[in-house]
Amino acid sequence: MDELIGEFLGETSESLDVIDNELVKFEADPTDRATLDNIFRLVHTIKGTCGFLGLERLEAIAHAGETLLGKFRDGSLVADSTAVTLVLQSLDRIKDILGTLGETGSEGEGDDSDLISRLEAMAMGQAPAAVAPVAETAPAEAEASPVSETLDELEAAFLAAPGPDEDAPAAVGEDEEDVGFDEALGRALRPGEVSLADLEAAFQSTPGPEFDEGEDEDEDEAAMEAVSAPAAVAAESAKPAAATKPAPAAAKAESHAARPVSTIRVNVDVLDSLMTTVSELVLARNQLNQIVRENEDSALKTPLQRLTSVTAELQDDVMKTRMQPVGDAWRKLPRIVRDVQQDLGKKIDLVMEGEETELDRQVLELIKDPLTHMVRNSADHGVEMPEKRKAAGKRETGTIRLSAYHEGGAIIIKIADDGAGLDPEKIKAKVLEKGLASESELASMSEQQVQRFIFAAGFSTAAQVTNLSGRGVGMDVVRTNIEQIGGTVDLSSELGKGTTFSIKIPLTLAIVSALIVTTGDARFAVPQLAVRELVRVGPGSDHKVETMNGARMIRLRDRLLPVVGLQDVLGTSGKIEGDASIGGYVVIIEAAGRKIGLVVADVLDTEEIVVKPLSGPLRGISIYSGATLLGDGSVIMILDPNGVAQEIAHGEAEAAQDIEQADRSSHPAHQRLLLVRAVGKEAKAVPVSLITRLEEFAADDIEVADGRHVVQYRGRLLPIVHVGGEHAIKTEGRQPVLVFSEDGKSAGVAVDEILDVIEETLDLQMGSERPGIIGSAILKGEATEVLDIAWHMEQAWAGTPQRRPNDRRAVLLVEADAFSRRMMAPLLAAAGYDVTVASGMREAREAAQMGADYAALVGDPGALKTLADEGYWADVPRLGVSDDYGMGGAFEGLSAMTRRGDRGGLIAALDRTASREDVAA
Amino acid sequence: MSVESSFEYVTVRIGEQRFGVPVTEIREVFSPHGVTSVPRAPEEIAGLLNLRGRIVTAIDARRRLGLPPRPEGANCMALGMEHGTELFGILVDEVGEVVRLDADTLEVVPAHLDSRWRAVLTGVHRLDNELLAALDMKKLIAAGNAALAA
Repeated sequence: MDELIGEFLGETSESLDVIDNELVKFEADPTDRATLDNIFRLVHTIKGTCGFLGLERLEAIAHAGETLLGKFRDGSLVADSTAVTLVLQSLDRIKDILGTLGETGSEGEGDDSDLISRLEAMAMGQAPAAVAPVAETAPAEAEASPVSETLDELEAAFLAAPGPDEDAPAAVGEDEEDVGFDEALGRALRPGEVSLADLEAAFQSTPGPEFDEGEDEDEDEAAMEAVSAPAAVAAESAKPAAATKPAPAAAKAESHAARPVSTIRVNVDVLDSLMTTVSELVLARNQLNQIVRENEDSALKTPLQRLTSVTAELQDDVMKTRMQPVGDAWRKLPRIVRDVQQDLGKKIDLVMEGEETELDRQVLELIKDPLTHMVRNSADHGVEMPEKRKAAGKRETGTIRLSAYHEGGAIIIKIADDGAGLDPEKIKAKVLEKGLASESELASMSEQQVQRFIFAAGFSTAAQVTNLSGRGVGMDVVRTNIEQIGGTVDLSSELGKGTTFSIKIPLTLAIVSALIVTTGDARFAVPQLAVRELVRVGPGSDHKVETMNGARMIRLRDRLLPVVGLQDVLGTSGKIEGDASIGGYVVIIEAAGRKIGLVVADVLDTEEIVVKPLSGPLRGISIYSGATLLGDGSVIMILDPNGVAQEIAHGEAEAAQDIEQADRSSHPAHQRLLLVRAVGKEAKAVPVSLITRLEEFAADDIEVADGRHVVQYRGRLLPIVHVGGEHAIKTEGRQPVLVFSEDGKSAGVAVDEILDVIEETLDLQMGSERPGIIGSAILKGEATEVLDIAWHMEQAWAGTPQRRPNDRRAVLLVEADAFSRRMMAPLLAAAGYDVTVASGMREAREAAQMGADYAALVGDPGALKTLADEGYWADVPRLGVSDDYGMGGAFEGLSAMTRRGDRGGLIAALDRTASREDVAA
Repeated sequence: MSVESSFEYVTVRIGEQRFGVPVTEIREVFSPHGVTSVPRAPEEIAGLLNLRGRIVTAIDARRRLGLPPRPEGANCMALGMEHGTELFGILVDEVGEVVRLDADTLEVVPAHLDSRWRAVLTGVHRLDNELLAALDMKKLIAAGNAALAA
C-alpha cells in the first residue's frame, strides 16, 4: 500500500506540473482541443487513482474539477481566465493534500467544500444541467468494451485505467504482456503499471464501494476489468485515438511515441549511491595511478590503463543516468508567469529555449528555486505594465526569454526580459540607505558593479512589495544558492531596455576537474571551471609581479590584472610567492564577476577530484568549497573561486581594483560633490555624503568665545572654522557654513561661497601635504582641491578638554584603501595618536621586522588578523575598521569594530582600548 | 538527565585532566596520521584527515578547552565519532580504559569552572582519588565560535 502511494505521489505530482502548463497553454488558446483533452485525461487519471486508493478529499476535488473541464470539452462552457484560475486553485489544493499525504501518509483533515462548490457553481451556473458529467458515464462504457473503436469509448477506457503515465505510454505498451507477471518476476513496478494483486489489495482495504459514488456491483467489476489490462488498453487506445483525432492530437501522440522506448523508473537514491560508488572508484583509480607513477616498470601499468578507461566510461555513463533536461526545472514557470499576469494585469510572453539541455539532477534540484525566483522577479519587477510599455514605445506584451546551453563543462542559463532595466541611481540610493556601501565606494564603481548590489544581502528595489515578491527570498539568496553549487550569477541591464541574468553552473557537483596548486608545503585544488589561464611569473618568464602601493598586479596583454598571493588569502605566513626573485605561477580565475590572479608557488597537475562537503565548523569559511582526497590518500582543500575573489575584494586587492577601474574608465561612476569657493578663485570640493546640512548665518550672530568663532545653533554652541583661516570669516552679510555632525558633536566649516552640486567621478589624482586638503581631482575639466573635512572638524574642536596632548601613543594604521587611509590618518593624529601608516601587508610586516611597537593596530580586519596570525604584535589590541560586518573569521580577536564613516566611534574605541592597555601596563 | 543508574565511559587524558566520554558516542579510536591543516579555520580545528576514504574533521580537544598546545612530537589519539553525516576525530593526549560509574557519583558542573569547560561538560564524577569530568561530545563539536569570541 505504501509503495503504491509513493508511486501515486510521484506520478501525480508530475501530472500536475503538466496540467499546470497545459492549462496556461489552453487559456491562451481555448480552442486547442488536444491540450484540453490532455488536461482532461490527466485530471481523470488522478481522480481514478484517488478513488482506488480511497483518497476521498482528492477524489472529490478532482471530480469537481473534471466536471468543469468536461463542460469546456463539450463546448457548453467557454474557458475564461476566471475558470482557469479556479481550476488552477484546485490543482494547488490537490498539491497541498498530496504534500500532507507524502508526509503523514494520510490526506489530513480539511474541508474542501468551498472549492468544490465554486467549481460546481462554475460548471452548473453557465451550463444546462442536462449535460451529464462525462466522468460518470465513462466507467460503464469501459465495461462494455475495454478496447473499442470510437474515440469517446477509447478515451473512457483509457481514463479508467489507473494511471498510465502520460510520459511513457509507448513504453508501457512494449511491456504489455508482462503486466500480469510483475509479482512473479519480483521487479519494481513500472510507471503506470499497477499489479493486479496490489489493486485488489487496495480495493479491499477501501471501505465500501467508494468508487464513482457508490453505484452497483457492475461498476466495480468494470473497474476491475479495466484494471486487469490497464496498460493494454492504454497503449492500444493511444494509437487508434491518434489516428482518428485531428492533426494536432496526432502530432502529440507521435511525439510521445518518439520517446525512448525502453525506459525504467529508478529510485534516485539508487542513482545517488551509484554515483558515490563511482566517485570512490575514481579515487581508488587515482591512488593506483599514483603508485604506478612512482614505479615506472610496474606490471600493473597495462591493466591500470584499462581500468582507467573503463572507469572513465563508467563515470560518463553514470553521469548520464543522472542527467535531466533543464526543462524539468522550468515546468512550473509558465504557471508562475501566468499568475503574475493575472495578478498584476501585465502581458508577458515566456519564451523557453534549450529546454533539452541536460545537467545533473542534483544541480537541477538546487537551481529550481533560484530560477523560479528569478523568473518571478523578472515578471514582477522587470516587465512593466502594458500602459507603461506602450508609453515607452515598446510592444505591450513583454517577453521573458529563458535559454540554456552548454559551454565548456558548464551550463549557462539566461533569463532575459525586455522590461524597464535596473536603474543604477535607484540602486545607489538604496545602497546608501541600507548602508551597504559609502558614497565614495559607489562613486568608484561601474554601472554594472552598482547593479550587482541587487545580489547583496537584504536588498530589494521594488518600491512596493507586491503580492508576488517580498516572500523573504531575495536575490542574495539566489546568489548564495547558486554559488553554493560552484556556480556564478551575473547580470547586465540597460535602463529602459531590459535585464539579463546569466547563471553559469557546473554540469555536475560530484566530480570536478581541478588544478592542484601548492603554496608553502600545502596543496590546494582550484576548480578548473573558474580558471581562465595560467601565467608563469618570475625569472626566465615574460611576466613579473609588480607592486604599486602594496597592491600587486601583473601586466597581461597590455592590461593590468590585480593579483594576490594565495598565502595572503589563506593568511599563512612565509615568503611571498611571485616576488621578482622567486618563480611562481599566477592562476587567473574569473569569479564573482571579476578577474583576478592568484599567485601560487607551483601548479602540479590537473585531477578529477571528488568533492566532499566540509563539516559544520569549516563550512563558514568562504574561501573553501569542500575537500577532496588525492591519489596519495592525503586530504586537500578545494578553494572556492567565488569566496577567494570576494575575500580579495575586501583585502589588499582593493587598491589594485581601484587602479583597474581607473584603467577601465569607460564606465565612470559618479558621486555627488559640493563645490565651494574659499581661499582663491578655484572651486574646492566636498563629498555631499559627509555634509550634515548647509546653513547661512548672519555675520553678526557669529561670536568669538575663548579665541574661537562660535554661533548659537539649535540651542548649542557650534564651533566654526574657515577653510581659509580665522580672519577669513565674514564680518558682515551672511556667512555660508557647512555643518558636519559626528558622534553627537557638530562643527561648522565656513566657506566664501557655495557654488554648485555636481555629479562627477571623484578620482583623487594627487595627494596633498597641505593640512586641510586631501588631494586634487579633475572635476568638470578643472583641477579641484578636495577638502579634508576630518582635519577641519578637528580644528574646530581643537582645544576641547578631553584631549591630553602629552599622551601620544603610537598606533599602526593598516589600510589598503587610499581614500580611507587619507581620511583616517589625520583624524587619528588629531586625536592625539602617533600614526604610522601601512598601505599593505608588506609595509606592516616591514614595520614589525624593524621592531616597531604600537599601542594599538587599526585598520582592515582581515589584514589585522593576518598580522596577528603571523605572530606580529599578537598581544596588541586590534581595532577593525570596515563597512562589512559579514566577514566571519576576520573578526576573531578584534577588540572593537567600527565602520569606515564612523570617525567618532573609531576614536572612542581607540581611547577605550588604549586606556585598557594603560591599566594592564 | 536520564534515569540511568550508571554510565559507561572511555577515559581519556587531555592535558593533566582525565575525562570520561560516553562509550556509545565513540565509533572508534584511531591514531591520527597525515592531518592536513586548514588555514583560516577556527583555532580548535586541527585539520582534516583521511580515514579509510572518508574525510574526518580533527578537533583538538586541548585547544577547545583552552589548554596549552600539545608539545611538538607528543603522541595523540583520536576519538572517531559521527555527528549527523559528518565524521569527527577528537584529538586527545591518551586513551585509557573503559569504566562504569554510578550515576550517584555525578555532580553538576561547578559554576566557577572556565566557561570553555562548562560549555562541554555534562557533569563531574567524584572518584576516590580524582575527579573525572564527563564530556558531552556533541557540545564539544558544536560549541564553536561562540565560546571563542567571548
